[in-house]
Amino acid sequence: MIKLESVYILMGIMMAGVAIVNVRDRRAPKRLNNAAFWGLYAVTFLAGSRLPDFANGLLVIAMVSVMAIGRLGGAPPESTTRLEREASARRWANRLFIPALAIPAVTIAGTFGFKYLTLNGAPVVDPKQTTLVALGVATVVALLVGMAMLRPPLSAPIVEARRLMDAVGWAAVLPQMLAALGAMFALAGVGPIVASILQRVIPLDSPFTVVVAYAVGMAGFTAIMGNAFPAFPVMTAAIGLPLIVAKFGGDVSAMAAIGMLSGFCGTLVTPMAANFNIVPVALLELPNEGAVIRVQFPTAVLLLAANILIMYWAAFRK
Amino acid sequence: MLPLIGILIVIAGFALRFNPLLVVTVAALSTGLAAGHSIVPVISSFGKAFIDSRSVTIVWLALPVIGLLERSGLKERARTVIGGITLATTGRLLLVYLALRQITAALGLTSLGGHAQMVRPLIAPMAEAAAEKNLGELDDATRYRIRAHAAAVDNIGVFFGEDIFIAIGSILLIRSFLDQNGIHVEPSSLAVWAAPTAVCAFVIHGTRLLFLDRSLRERSIAAATAPSPSEGDR
Repeated sequence: MIKLESVYILMGIMMAGVAIVNVRDRRAPKRLNNAAFWGLYAVTFLAGSRLPDFANGLLVIAMVSVMAIGRLGGAPPESTTRLEREASARRWANRLFIPALAIPAVTIAGTFGFKYLTLNGAPVVDPKQTTLVALGVATVVALLVGMAMLRPPLSAPIVEARRLMDAVGWAAVLPQMLAALGAMFALAGVGPIVASILQRVIPLDSPFTVVVAYAVGMAGFTAIMGNAFPAFPVMTAAIGLPLIVAKFGGDVSAMAAIGMLSGFCGTLVTPMAANFNIVPVALLELPNEGAVIRVQFPTAVLLLAANILIMYWAAFRK
Repeated sequence: MLPLIGILIVIAGFALRFNPLLVVTVAALSTGLAAGHSIVPVISSFGKAFIDSRSVTIVWLALPVIGLLERSGLKERARTVIGGITLATTGRLLLVYLALRQITAALGLTSLGGHAQMVRPLIAPMAEAAAEKNLGELDDATRYRIRAHAAAVDNIGVFFGEDIFIAIGSILLIRSFLDQNGIHVEPSSLAVWAAPTAVCAFVIHGTRLLFLDRSLRERSIAAATAPSPSEGDR
């Protein structure tokens, strides 16, 4: 059965390849730092499931030390010139989109289709992980299509992966590190502490103020955690259920659904939501780390106001 | 109260512009220590949490093929395609992408998008090309602004589309939390309340995208009519 572990092995092989390309690139000044960073990251994918937790913890600390003490080098120059790329774009025209669009197409086909794939009655793909395995399979299919079509040197995919990984740099690991931080928060009981503080400070005198407190609290706590999922149980247990539903008799479905969406407004304005707000800054090579957040900020504020009004109306409509 | 030190470290670290990866690592370890655990179990649970979260980064597997296509002129082709559509402007293009992203996410197709797979190779070059076609050569600040808008549309589209789909993670989380509290709700009754916000998100952000077109036009007119530095000296 194909499980998530196979996709991790694939990631490990790619990261190891990125490290090797770095080692061999004598023109890159920080090549050994980058190689150590991606090499250690490769180990967490290849062996992470079998190593003891403590060893994994040390690997992560070593990665962060390489980055903080030695610093990482940026992206190498592009491997083809602008003229070469323009000539190639004319030659292949819209066929260039086929491998790119194969990624979402195969991901979706796999997400819905894998459950029909069985071998001797057993599922071929772990039914609990279909989307992630489908994404992994899709990237391999897209790469094979691209290689068969363009016939580049065999080293091209990994050389290009290294160019893009080095352009993204440490931001590539940040979403995972934030997920780990969330787990540590949960372990230390951060949520209940925040909830008890909130219950002491918010005004509870009318349905409207309670709705405002819940929606703004969802957005604010989501901004701190970087993710609406850990904020939702905390805020809903502290304000939503006891006040909006129990005390003022509001509708639970409307409250919960719009509460989650209020949290998403917080996701739009926080660097803690790195995969949405920091990773694209690195991927699009923007000089200002807050560039994406700045663009999203007005929409987030207006939409939070809209959510408050919708929740108030929807939860207390009679 | 002491475990809240992690939150303080994160806020202070980001405000003082320390490296985010370092800040988050220090915050995670401090939170564990502040909760009264000793150093070895803290490093162990941190290591376990990191390993358990590996699925977050699987999207990087798209980079070999995206890089390969970029090397072969994918971005250049994306620009040519948009250059050939007379009606295309940056704002309108992003508005169409916003609508597509919301609709496909509402059908559960959240993987039809993403910054690595869609925005970098296709949407951002197209949005830049649309501005170049209408306004001529762009300065760097304008180029960066357009790219940031391309990334923002991808986020806003998926956030405020996906909750209309009944089997998405956040709906399942709401249900299981309410179940634990003895309240049973149908996924469809949650999903239906995601619709008004989805419409508001489209109207609010869509309006801003159309204003973006106007602001880009005004900026390029201002740049074209401003006296060049040598003329200003006279």
